Amino acid sequence: MVQTAPLPVSSSASTVRPSAPASKPPPAVPVDDLPAFDIQGFSLWYGSRQALYDVSIRIPARQVTAIIGPSGCGKSTCLRALNRMHELTPGTRIVGSLRLFGDDLYASGIDPAYVRRRVGMVFQKSNPFPTMSIEENVLVGLRLNGVRDRAFLQERLEESLRMSALWDEVKDVLNRPGTSLSGGQQQRLCIARALAVQPEVLLMDEPCSALDPIATAKIEELIQLLRERFTVVIVTHNMQQAARCSDRTAFFYMGKLIEYAATREIFTNPANPQTEAYVSGRFG
Amino acid sequence: MSPLPRPTTPGAGILPVSPRWPDRSFRWLALLAALSIVALIVLVGWELYAGAALAVKKFGVGFLGSSDWNPVTDKYGALPFIFGTLVSSVIALLIAVPLGVATALFLTEMAPVRMRQPVITVIEMLAAVPSVIFGLWGVFVLVPWLRDHVFQWFKHTLGFLPLFKGPIYGPSMLAAGVVVAIMILPIITSVSREILRSVPNLQREAAYALGATHWEVIRIAVLSYARRGLFGAAVLGLGRALGETMAVTMVIGNRPDISASLFAPGYTLASVVANEFTEATTDVYLSALFELGLVLVALTIVINAIAQLMLRTLAGPGSGKVM
Ligand SMILES: Nc1ncnc2c1ncn2[C@@H]1O[C@H](COP(=O)(O)OP(=O)(O)OP(=O)(O)O)[C@@H](O)[C@H]1O
Ligand SMILES: [Mg+2]
Repeated sequence: MVQTAPLPVSSSASTVRPSAPASKPPPAVPVDDLPAFDIQGFSLWYGSRQALYDVSIRIPARQVTAIIGPSGCGKSTCLRALNRMHELTPGTRIVGSLRLFGDDLYASGIDPAYVRRRVGMVFQKSNPFPTMSIEENVLVGLRLNGVRDRAFLQERLEESLRMSALWDEVKDVLNRPGTSLSGGQQQRLCIARALAVQPEVLLMDEPCSALDPIATAKIEELIQLLRERFTVVIVTHNMQQAARCSDRTAFFYMGKLIEYAATREIFTNPANPQTEAYVSGRFG
Repeated sequence: MSPLPRPTTPGAGILPVSPRWPDRSFRWLALLAALSIVALIVLVGWELYAGAALAVKKFGVGFLGSSDWNPVTDKYGALPFIFGTLVSSVIALLIAVPLGVATALFLTEMAPVRMRQPVITVIEMLAAVPSVIFGLWGVFVLVPWLRDHVFQWFKHTLGFLPLFKGPIYGPSMLAAGVVVAIMILPIITSVSREILRSVPNLQREAAYALGATHWEVIRIAVLSYARRGLFGAAVLGLGRALGETMAVTMVIGNRPDISASLFAPGYTLASVVANEFTEATTDVYLSALFELGLVLVALTIVINAIAQLMLRTLAGPGSGKVM
């Protein structure tokens, strides 16, 4: 069964043409640098249903890469394949190669838990552990790794919460349950939790879709800070968001990578007519 | 948004209002049903108390603390039965809760999808087996086996503990605990399974995304999220265990003694009422049995109340109420 892609429904997308970020210099792809992800000929099936078709993409390190495309086109699937989260869904199967800084993540003998320690993830809906305090939530990943040194944990706690721009808001209530925070704060808590283990890459699947504009702006600011130290891959339905906070953008359509280029290119001068139609809100 | 189409026929556009009487009569009916349950509970309590009045008057509070149970001298005390009920139930819980929760974990988190339904069906069948059948099986199969193997092993390895000292007869507190454990296993398992299934997948994914192993995911995302509910499942099992009568009567040995040894026979509140009702020849004897019934009800209520209080102090999501 082929799912017909629905039109992009957001009314703002059809009226407001997202403009490329003005302040940012056009991001140069660091040709010499090893890409964070090097994906070649990657296909993925859910049972007998193919969700990704022969995707090849090189995601540069220490940049923000946005994945856009209509609903059901395989954005989440692609993102989840990057840290092997899709393996939690029974019956998935992949073909192709995926390298993280040169290491084959799907090589036999590679533990998915090891992959996920290098590639962290933030979900669409914030999901702090409700029985843990704010502090425990942030540190749970380190504790799982057997870190017991109090001073080190304390340092990492503050550092992670500062990086996720949450420290000032929670520094006096670290023992309160993580779920006592507001939705936007909870999402930043989840980001702090992912950052605490210092992954090489942070994957974000529509991290702002459940948030109000102010919380969204905070997270977008945060993403700008993160790119100095981490590689970020973000799935978003919001094209202004992709335009505002990413360096490179990948456009997916029906499981295929249609176009992948600098964000400015994608939004001002896309090479592919489908991309053009999608980013300008005229789809089909 | 297009405007709603205007009504074209006269009178249309006003939705017909459904008559009110079904609504009202249903409300009365529901209220009546609810009240009749309350009335029934009050009635049962009152009848129990009325039946027990004689014994209450004769023995006073001392009834609870006395371990005398002698129809010949017409002296009655509840302590051995309270002790037997509590000990056999606690043994049952100690066995059934870990087993039930582990089974539920296996079913929700580990077992291949195809294997789940058959296992669930078997567990449900276990719940459908009548109590007396467990009793029979206990008497003829389980108790001899426990006596000849398990109890011997305990005696040899842990015999230095008072719990495992003394002669081994077979029918005993421990045997009763094991039988009751088997009987409350289905309810604990199925309630725990529902609880574990209600843990959002997003919680599991959060843990996986941190690089947790399968067991770590179960620990930090599943069990801790579900702990209130699992506690509730245990309380539900305890409620069953306290009142379990038939099978216990058949394997516990029916001797109103208080012994530190789990190999010693015991007696429970429910068993003694069921067992000695027909033999209760004097009014005081009968009344004492009634009072034991009253004690059993009170014990169940008190334990449930304590459990609710404990639940409140256990932080975490989800209501622990499964009753
Ligand atoms: N667990 C699953 N089992 C079977 N098919 C799935 C599963 N998850 C996703 N799919 C299919 O794979 C395709 C891609 O799904 P995916 O979730 O990656 O889309 P998406 O681009 O993230 O969409 P959205 O923007 O709505 O989140 C969809 O057609 C979907 O039906
Ligand atoms: Mg998605």
